[in-house]
Amino acid sequence: MNRNFFVRVLLICLLAAGFFSSAYSEPQTLMMATTTSTDNTGLLDYLAPLFTKDTGIDLKWTAVGTGKALELGKNCDVDVLLVHAPDAEKQYVAEGFGVNRREIMYNDFVIIGPSADPAAIKGKSVLETLKRVQKGAHPFVSRGDNSGTHKMEQSLWKLSGLNTPEKENFYIQTGQGMMATLTIAEEKKGYTLTDRGTYIKYEDKMGGNPQLKILVEGDDMLKNQYSVIEINPVNCPKTRSEQAKVFANWIAGEKAQKWIGDFKLLNKQLFIPNAK
Amino acid sequence: MEYIGNGFLKAILLLLHGDAETFSAIYATLKVSFYSMTASLVLGIPSGFLLGYVNFMGKHQVRLVVDTLLSLPTVFIGLMMYAFLSNRGPLGHMGLLFTLPGIAIGQTILALPIVIALSATAVEAMDYKLRTTLISLGANRMQILLSSLWEIRHGIFAAGLTAYGRVMTEVGISMMVGGNIKWHTRTITTAIALETGKGMFATGIALGLVLLLIAFSVNIMVSFFKKKLV
Repeated sequence: MNRNFFVRVLLICLLAAGFFSSAYSEPQTLMMATTTSTDNTGLLDYLAPLFTKDTGIDLKWTAVGTGKALELGKNCDVDVLLVHAPDAEKQYVAEGFGVNRREIMYNDFVIIGPSADPAAIKGKSVLETLKRVQKGAHPFVSRGDNSGTHKMEQSLWKLSGLNTPEKENFYIQTGQGMMATLTIAEEKKGYTLTDRGTYIKYEDKMGGNPQLKILVEGDDMLKNQYSVIEINPVNCPKTRSEQAKVFANWIAGEKAQKWIGDFKLLNKQLFIPNAK
Repeated sequence: MEYIGNGFLKAILLLLHGDAETFSAIYATLKVSFYSMTASLVLGIPSGFLLGYVNFMGKHQVRLVVDTLLSLPTVFIGLMMYAFLSNRGPLGHMGLLFTLPGIAIGQTILALPIVIALSATAVEAMDYKLRTTLISLGANRMQILLSSLWEIRHGIFAAGLTAYGRVMTEVGISMMVGGNIKWHTRTITTAIALETGKGMFATGIALGLVLLLIAFSVNIMVSFFKKKLV
């Protein structure tokens, strides 16, 4: 009886295997690597169905840091990129990994810190802010993960002609995502650089009364440009370059540009379309 | 810390309302763990049995390797799998990157050493008099083998459940090989990582509870079988 039971269990398992492996037909798909900010804000959840409706192409994406997104493209594992690290992108295209880099939208970064603002940076320029932060009396929390935001921060140090801190005691490198980094900055009562989208979410999460406040904003240096890049079919012969081109044209087109401008996070506009 | 209470509440709501995203993640988790558990049990139980039962040259060394592999970090497996399955990697032509079968292969590598090591231990712990008794009763080799397998069934159940726990809860492999693609390769654990990254701690806790609930149901099923198999 026991053995019989064993056989029956085995049969059920086999049936289940058949059920799980039942084939389904795959429609036209496009694989994109993008940054966590476009995914976490819900922009892609909003745009993807519209894209599929217009073109019949199913958009799949993996949301990773810009560094990893570029690497996935280099290895031909995705067809198109939506990223925000202009310098790295230009170099990427120059090295022949991507083609047709097109700027499609921007949002901006803000420098935030405890409302008491012990380093007195409120309303100052980025240059002045970094100078004051570098005195080292108050913690500065960095992503430290090669993401677009981290690259932005590094370029701000560079443009200000200051040494990028590394092992200094005031400089905390989290190696984590933006929201996790904000949480750490809050615990440490530190300053940090964040994209506005994540800040809006954080503000909302704190019930509109966050401990970290926007102190520096609107400086031209803080503009965060997003671009779409098609993977170079010369480098990756099997890439779905046709669909990638359709997507790039679509997102840079009039309709999608308007939709991007209409997209609101907690009633605040997040991205400003600027495709040429 | 209102997350904790909200998490419990949200877990119930997600399940009751049949939230499509949650169910897609549950389905992916069940599917991928089914693949990897089937593969690792089918390969692991016989290998573990042989490793514990048969004496051969270098047995001790093989055992040492298997025991070391128990400490394989999941991120490392994920990274190695990515290197192999990437379109630029040696197995890139198979098109397994960003798919559930791709994750399942990685999870099999994770689970296999557990199944092998624990079944080998169960065999080693088996009463040695059993074999002599069986021989004295005139059993042939096949009968000895089957009876021995039967004798260690509880050890094998324990091996399977331990491996299942590892497979269900890993994030490193699913994230790196699967890419956390919505509706396709997003599992419960990668969804938790994503929600945490988004700062939606309550949703993350809710998904964690959903995972525990699934594990609970699986354990109920297993204990039911165990009773039948006394």
